[in-house]
Amino acid sequence: MIGRGAIFVIARLTLREAFRRRLLWALVVLTLVLVVATGWLFGKAAELSPIDGAAQQLVLSQLLVMIAFMFSFVLTMTAAFAASPAIGPEIENGLLLAVLARPVRRSDVLLGRWLGLAAVVVGYALAAGYLELGAVKLLTGYLPVDPMAAPIYLAGESLVLLTLALVFSTRIAPVASGSIAVVGFGLAWMGGIAGGIGDYLNNDPLRNAGTIAHLILPSDTLWRGAMFALEPPPDVLAAAGSQARIFTVSPFFAGTPPPLPWLAWCAAWAVATLAIGVLMLRRREL
Amino acid sequence: MADASSADAGSDLSAAPAVDAPAIETHELRKQFGRIVALAGLTMTVRPGEVFGFLGPNGAGKTTAVKLLLGLSRPSAGTGRVLGAPIGAVSARRRIGYLPELFRYQGWMTAREVLAFHCELAHLPRSSWETEIREAVELVGLAERSSGRVETFSKGMQQRLGLAVALLGRPDLVVLDEPTSALDPIGRQDVRRIIGSMRDRGATVFLNSHLLTEVERVCDRVAIVDRGRVVAELSMAELLAEKGVRLRVAGLSGARAIAGRYGPTRLDGEWLVVDAIADGQVPTLVAELVAAGGAVHAVVPARHSLEERFLSLLGAAPEAAPEGVEPEAAQAGPTVEPEAAPEGVEPEARR
Repeated sequence: MIGRGAIFVIARLTLREAFRRRLLWALVVLTLVLVVATGWLFGKAAELSPIDGAAQQLVLSQLLVMIAFMFSFVLTMTAAFAASPAIGPEIENGLLLAVLARPVRRSDVLLGRWLGLAAVVVGYALAAGYLELGAVKLLTGYLPVDPMAAPIYLAGESLVLLTLALVFSTRIAPVASGSIAVVGFGLAWMGGIAGGIGDYLNNDPLRNAGTIAHLILPSDTLWRGAMFALEPPPDVLAAAGSQARIFTVSPFFAGTPPPLPWLAWCAAWAVATLAIGVLMLRRREL
Repeated sequence: MADASSADAGSDLSAAPAVDAPAIETHELRKQFGRIVALAGLTMTVRPGEVFGFLGPNGAGKTTAVKLLLGLSRPSAGTGRVLGAPIGAVSARRRIGYLPELFRYQGWMTAREVLAFHCELAHLPRSSWETEIREAVELVGLAERSSGRVETFSKGMQQRLGLAVALLGRPDLVVLDEPTSALDPIGRQDVRRIIGSMRDRGATVFLNSHLLTEVERVCDRVAIVDRGRVVAELSMAELLAEKGVRLRVAGLSGARAIAGRYGPTRLDGEWLVVDAIADGQVPTLVAELVAAGGAVHAVVPARHSLEERFLSLLGAAPEAAPEGVEPEAAQAGPTVEPEAAPEGVEPEARR
């Protein structure tokens, strides 16, 4: 009971801090700017498009995936910069000394921080994601194959990188842990592309590189889930016929949703990484 | 005594503290960072209800010891119990208040919010928070600024806030690590008053301080630590009971050798100082010096200050007092101006 209680106290503190330091307000304003700007872009794209029907739906889906990719990068940066100073600097400046002298475990601090930051990042991802999808539907009529799942995948991707940055923040400087998360995001994405090319060319080394990248850092697995969810429904792809084939070789196209075992690996990876983080924090001298 | 090898709080949720156990008890507690030995083997006992001073030079391992006692660091070897529970146990931490040497609190919060946060962490009943917070801020003199954000506070105010945090929930043990480092003289006086009030209500206070005069004024007992070991652990009464004498002797080259038979000696300018001499031996020493042909111009009895004892225990010579100025503690008792004093012996009863 002691541990669980302290986790929620720390999580609430983290949320209050995000609110008080205007992180939440900044995210709300950014979301509105994003939705208005991209809504205008989608509106113009639909209005001025020389094509219509299935082909137009394909173009709109790719535009949406591109924006989602940019948004996932913003989410990654938000997660990395919110999580990377969450533990280490508070040990160095003494803030955690008074907290850990209370009946509080180190794991409570790490998990409480994770919970609070996860609430911020997931809340932001879901709110901004659904708002964006709603605006696109309203302005263009485009509805992807799984509009409810896409923001959830994006939120999951940001959680992976949040977890990575937070765990590294127990041992290394904020700049380094934030950089690791951002670079990790890029490398995992590249690994996913390599794996995709390996699949397309039936090239085992490339395919294995993709698999290894997904095992080490499963953010791209979730990104590919988000891409798939944002693509047009199968009937639209079928109607687009040969035009659809152009998109299937794009790095911004996923032919299938992530298999369930890979999604389970994402959850297991997060749990295992947090467990490693707890061990790292326990072993750290204060 | 249970092994205290686990630093994290998860080590012990159920250890029931013994009722009359020492507040703190350590045996050969050791901390090593790689090849560097921060604490060689700390063995000490702090009794319940006493104000215990923990003294030592820089790098002696004092703050390391405090962190070990609070479970903030993992011992390399040795054992210890705090409030009857193994060090690091969560059950004991509920009853401990702590002001870290490196005090820092959430700058974006108000002082009241910081205190409420610690009330929650300490598992105090929510109904008691208001009273606890009000009493704490009043005691440390922050009542008027308690609604101010911590980031607007001066260092001294933040240290007062840290003290208020340490006092929440009427802890049985309060660990104060350099509690006056950022305080002005008024603040230091307040800290002495607060420590006194904690002692009055039966709490144990573990005071780690560099300010020897402060320790001298408030502590019941002290441990002096050097190179990671306790070199002395004794009551202030014992520490200060040992008396010395300062003599001005002329015409006798062997004066120091004679005085050396009565206790450890040193020269302080034209003064011959015997640092520790048994009760009643001063007249005998003076008589012997006179019998040997010495002219004894002045005899000044001296009670040792904590600083002198501290330095002598650490093997460092106390600084020579400026001409005509007595050491601080010696001034506490009546002294005789060397030139005005009649030749002979000052009765010890005048000290």
